[in-house]
Amino acid sequence: MKFLVCISNVPDTTTKISFTPDGKDFNTAGVQFVINPYDEYALTRAIELKEALGGTVTVLNVGEADAEPNIRKALAIGADDAIRVNIKPTDAFLVSTQIAHYAKEGGYDLILMGRESIDYNGFQVHGMVGELLGIPTIAPAMKLDINGTTATVEREIEGGKEIIEAALPLVVSAQQPMTEPRIPNMRGIMTARTKPLQVVEAVGQDSKTQVQGYQLPPAKSGVKMIDAENAGDLIKLLRNEAKVL
Amino acid sequence: MSVLVVIECANGEVKKSSLEAASYGSKVASTLGTTATAVAIGDVQANALTSLGEQGITKVLLDNDSRLTNFVGAAYVKVIAAAAQQENSSVIIASNSNIGAAIGSRLAVQLGASLATNVVAYPEISGSSFKVRRGVFSGKAFSDVELTSDKKIILVKKNAVDIETSAGATANVENFSASLTDADFAAAPKETIKQSGDILLTEADLVVSGGRGLKGPENWHLIEDLAKALGAATACSKPVADVGWRPHHEHVGQTGITVSPNLYIAVGISGAIQHLAGVNSSKVIVVINKDPEAPFFKAADYGIVGDATEVVPKLIEAAKALDK
Repeated sequence: MKFLVCISNVPDTTTKISFTPDGKDFNTAGVQFVINPYDEYALTRAIELKEALGGTVTVLNVGEADAEPNIRKALAIGADDAIRVNIKPTDAFLVSTQIAHYAKEGGYDLILMGRESIDYNGFQVHGMVGELLGIPTIAPAMKLDINGTTATVEREIEGGKEIIEAALPLVVSAQQPMTEPRIPNMRGIMTARTKPLQVVEAVGQDSKTQVQGYQLPPAKSGVKMIDAENAGDLIKLLRNEAKVL
Repeated sequence: MSVLVVIECANGEVKKSSLEAASYGSKVASTLGTTATAVAIGDVQANALTSLGEQGITKVLLDNDSRLTNFVGAAYVKVIAAAAQQENSSVIIASNSNIGAAIGSRLAVQLGASLATNVVAYPEISGSSFKVRRGVFSGKAFSDVELTSDKKIILVKKNAVDIETSAGATANVENFSASLTDADFAAAPKETIKQSGDILLTEADLVVSGGRGLKGPENWHLIEDLAKALGAATACSKPVADVGWRPHHEHVGQTGITVSPNLYIAVGISGAIQHLAGVNSSKVIVVINKDPEAPFFKAADYGIVGDATEVVPKLIEAAKALDK
């Protein structure tokens, strides 16, 4: 079984977001980058399935060289090899076309990734990859099992879940509670250094959107405190002043 | 050229988020000097759709093929693509829901369209320039994005726009059918499990959310009772889901669900940056915490310093006393 796991390199979840003075770019100064948390669920589940069923896990990142420490981390967690498509990921369509190209070349049975990245929150790449490859995408998945050439997936729907059985190949996007992400151990970190990380060039640069600039939300005007003894007054304020009840 | 709005239905009714999408689509259509058509799929009564006229929709295409009762990505996309082709639609609007996102990305590839998800405002259209503002960094910022393809797909975030209503206007409902084959149902759900009786967190206008300040699952009834008294959905912070007090699908925050209700009441949640990321586009935020230094107070509109077990019963009592 050949697994492909796509990972994004994103600012750590505790990052306070700021932008360059012209508002055109994210300010990376002092920011720690991590594997996108949703992608970690996908990665860990792929490794678990490989351990149970045999096969290989390849990690793919569309991004520049600064993503390599996190690609190595994915190898340390248990992926077998990695591909980095050397291009700045500026648009979901651009990223999806790169993934679809290398996914096709590698002939993978299952393509896994997170439901969205926590930076651009597009929720687009998995669906686009599935469509570009002409195979089904199941998103967002909370559970994934493989039996022979059939995947059983629990998909979250608003107000519940669905059980879907579908034949491989398939694109599945992960979210909680698919599994518990693993922390790399020392042996993993040592072996990751010698695992292959192939850098390939992008195929075309077709994008469909262009970011013009960024904005921070307006600051809150301040909190109105209510005495705990008279907590019921809050409900009146929510009705008469804030007009939300 | 026209605008096509994708309508989601639940229990035979049009979802509120789809009414927002319909309002959004009608406004875009009038800016572009064209009309807005809707496409509805699955189990919905035609008379629930005629009232979309009140949101400015002139025509609704309804495909009520019984195989479409549950969402199946490939089949839904085929119906919407066929509708877009028939109507010669250059702009497609849907809700930023799980379904909207699944449809949007597939359609974008099929139609060669630009796709913007998580859109929070009406577009700026000037000549051939078409720009939208979308939420990024899990709600910590916005980005202005130019949609450069001729065709555009926009997924509107819940509560980002008001529902505009022109009372009494009706839309014509027409039956519509795409040529669906068995292959379109290759990844159809085998089983659907719905929670009953709950107000959907992602659709809710009011949300009451609990954190570790509740001390233990035995106090969770405070969150439920307050939510019930207000007609709100319940949610929780990540630590509460991680220890298993509550299921993960109630976890709100950067790696959970992002919500944007009119009112978000956080009880016993300190307001870590990851939690704020999931809720800070809520219109009004109330924070109840016994620690006056809790960072969440900085993001709140109203705050109470106090123990949840003492404060929440007073709120429940006051909420019950409200005449609805």
